[in-house]
Amino acid sequence: MNIDVAYLLILPVLLGVMISAAFLVWIERRLLGFWQDRLGPNRVGPFGSLQIVADMIKLFTKDDWVPPFADRVIFVLAPLAIAAGMLMGFAVVPFGPGLHIIDLNVGLLFFLAMTSLAVYGVLLSGLASNNKYALLGGLRSAAQMVTYEVFMGLSLMGVVILTGSFSLSDVVRAQADMWFFVPQFAGFVVFVIAGLAEAHRLPFDLPEAEHELTAGFHTEYSGMKFGLIMVGEYLSVILASAMITTLFFGGWLGPDFLPPFVWFSLKTAFFIAFFILMRAAIPRPRYDQLMSLGWKILLPVTLINLLVTGAVVLGRGA
Amino acid sequence: MIEAVARSERGGSIVEELLREYDGACHQSGADGIANVWVRPEQLQAVLRKLKPKFPMLLDLSAIDERTRTHRNGQPESDFTVFYHLSALERDDDVRIKVALSESQGIPSASGVWPNANWYEREAYDMFGVQFEGHPNLYRIMTPPMWEGHPLRKEHPARATEFEPYRMSQEFLDAQQEALRFVPQQWGMSMDARHTDFMFLNLGPNHPSVHGVFRIALQLDGEVVVDAVPDIGYHHRGAEKMGERQSWHSFIPYTDRIDYLGGVMNNLPYVMAVERMTGIDVPPRAQVIRIMLAEMFRISSHLVFFGTFAQDVGQMSPVFYMFADRERLLSIVEAITGGRMHPAWFRVGGVGQDLPEGWETMVRDFLDYMPARLDHYDKMTTNNGILKRRSIGVGDYTTQEAIDWGITGPSLRATGLDWDLRKARPYGGYDQFDFDIPIGNRGDSYDRCVVRVEEIRQSLKIIRQCLDNMPPGPYKADHPQATPPAKERTMQDIETLIQHFLNVSWGPVVPPSECCAMVEATKGVNSYYLISDGGTMSYRTRIRTPSFAHLQMIPLISRGFMIADLITIVASIDFVMADVDR
Repeated sequence: MNIDVAYLLILPVLLGVMISAAFLVWIERRLLGFWQDRLGPNRVGPFGSLQIVADMIKLFTKDDWVPPFADRVIFVLAPLAIAAGMLMGFAVVPFGPGLHIIDLNVGLLFFLAMTSLAVYGVLLSGLASNNKYALLGGLRSAAQMVTYEVFMGLSLMGVVILTGSFSLSDVVRAQADMWFFVPQFAGFVVFVIAGLAEAHRLPFDLPEAEHELTAGFHTEYSGMKFGLIMVGEYLSVILASAMITTLFFGGWLGPDFLPPFVWFSLKTAFFIAFFILMRAAIPRPRYDQLMSLGWKILLPVTLINLLVTGAVVLGRGA
Repeated sequence: MIEAVARSERGGSIVEELLREYDGACHQSGADGIANVWVRPEQLQAVLRKLKPKFPMLLDLSAIDERTRTHRNGQPESDFTVFYHLSALERDDDVRIKVALSESQGIPSASGVWPNANWYEREAYDMFGVQFEGHPNLYRIMTPPMWEGHPLRKEHPARATEFEPYRMSQEFLDAQQEALRFVPQQWGMSMDARHTDFMFLNLGPNHPSVHGVFRIALQLDGEVVVDAVPDIGYHHRGAEKMGERQSWHSFIPYTDRIDYLGGVMNNLPYVMAVERMTGIDVPPRAQVIRIMLAEMFRISSHLVFFGTFAQDVGQMSPVFYMFADRERLLSIVEAITGGRMHPAWFRVGGVGQDLPEGWETMVRDFLDYMPARLDHYDKMTTNNGILKRRSIGVGDYTTQEAIDWGITGPSLRATGLDWDLRKARPYGGYDQFDFDIPIGNRGDSYDRCVVRVEEIRQSLKIIRQCLDNMPPGPYKADHPQATPPAKERTMQDIETLIQHFLNVSWGPVVPPSECCAMVEATKGVNSYYLISDGGTMSYRTRIRTPSFAHLQMIPLISRGFMIADLITIVASIDFVMADVDR
């Protein structure tokens, strides 16, 4: 892979991901509508598919208001951090054999680092809003992220042990015989839960929790800054789905009748739909219940998984 | 003679004793068969304390402005009357204690005897200016803090057009703003803590989970609720005042809007009270139609509760399924009454029209469709592990606490007491029906939900019986006061023409009397206490709503829980703000 091709890929990936994120708003609303016995947006364009254009026009033409009591600089920068952190995460995602912006030898760590960066955005937007609901949302997200970051990282170590590399392309190639969700089923389950928590989607949307905290950390946001936060949320859904595909479901691998990139996209789309279904189906646990689920169940499961994986690999090697 | 009458009414057993023990006490009968006992203000505390063991629930407390009343029916001289409606649930016994007050006279507060007297007395103070001595926080509750006058006094205007054009100076605006400033101590919040900084969070009046315009001032330690003080009055529309200037007939649509999820259920206690005062017997067909429609609205209201409860616990989808089912129900209501949420369809003496052709098919289809849906919802919602963990043990109270605070309806039955007005004191023909009273045992948010879901099933059972046994006959009583009166004979003889003309143009004249009628509404006991001074309009319309009592209990049941639990508790109470503020 020479460096020029990688540069050529940046723009398509950026655009593709942004457009998918925008489109996802419509897909999510239609899917939720389907699952909830209603129609969802179906007025703008064919099947309502241009709804997102209408939404964008609305968001862009809204008064770009910064509350006078807010910390202006951080208030403006925080949504950027959310969206930028998630976008950076896509740099290491292998969309196909050789089809990636950069194949870092610490790709997995880079992904974890970038998603953690987005957490700062959530935290700071809650803090900078200088609003009590936003503050509570920010606090919740801090606690939730600290908890779930821990075993999000740990849950992936089994995959790393099996692959022997942090490079995501290597991870995919290592799954040529068997997708990792079989040997790493516990890791897979924990990662999906942690991914949901990371994306703060419904069962784990405590930082937003509209029924408790009105809109949580983004209560004071409107216009395109709100739009950026939403885009960040959808980006994180796509990123989490892409990572599940890459790490546990063989990435671009699949029978030859479809090109690798299509396999990757199909698998990712499946997990995106799964995330949306979770949102439609499951109620929100309480804050302390979420914490105890994390520390008392998921963390031990992750550690045992890591221990067993290590033992098996050592045993085989010996 | 008095004693002979007294024994046959509710509360009669206690009247004799009270008359003997308290000097100057006197007895008065009303059309509702509940004994009224007048006592002097200084005797009140002793009387209430004496009665509490026998009548454990303070069902209602309010005042009457007597200054312009002409028919006083042997009651003591007074400018204002404060009445206490006490109820013994299990014994089917009620008594009303009345105290006559002069213009400037105060009355000892009953809040030391019944905790729920607190809000009722604040309301009576706000609406009539009655001073309750010894009340812990006698502030206005419905009107804004700087409101001038007391709305339910007879001299207070009822319409905006009776006021001068409204002007607000800057100074006055500033003063108003200052009056609204949040001072925790004024709300009875203790700031006593050595190592903690409390956060005061203003939940509402505009918040997604308070179901209307309702405000709770929260004192938080982290996310733990240290204290929660409800603030109501944002939905106050003066329904009781309107009752004093609408004819007996034209007030019916206003009742619809009290518990706006209850539809015709609100009409029922009102028309029942008027019917009892005028002596109308409702024909059986009208009775069964009323019960059928009332139960439909019970289902409809409980479906809204069920959906929003799941939603407030964070489950996104159920509310859509339940609103879709409610839509089916409302389309039946629409076919029968022509209206959906506010049909205003019950009439004094019967109902608005006869049932339309084909109503049986619509009702039967719904009855066949609904049970399977409920089973599905049980699987999805009430048996969901997360929802159970979120609501079991959250916001629980005992039967005793519930009775002390005037809790009625499903929220009372969730504590394990099988008291349902439809069984305990069957009204309007409920004694003819076979149904069970679902009860809970923990009195927590989860039980309040489960009891309501089970009530939907019981209501379906009642509607099925209505469908199978709908009696033939007229849908409105053949009685001169039934409104609007039958028109068949108006073109044949002048007497019925005159009667019809007067009843339609002026409205019926109700003989001077007092009557309280109560029903088991969707959320609890809803009663209308009507006083007629022999005119075409009510002299006083007192509306006792269940939600008012239920909200008052929020501080007690939410202290020590987290914000998320508070939302669960608020959702499980199932209130409608119009039902609180009227």
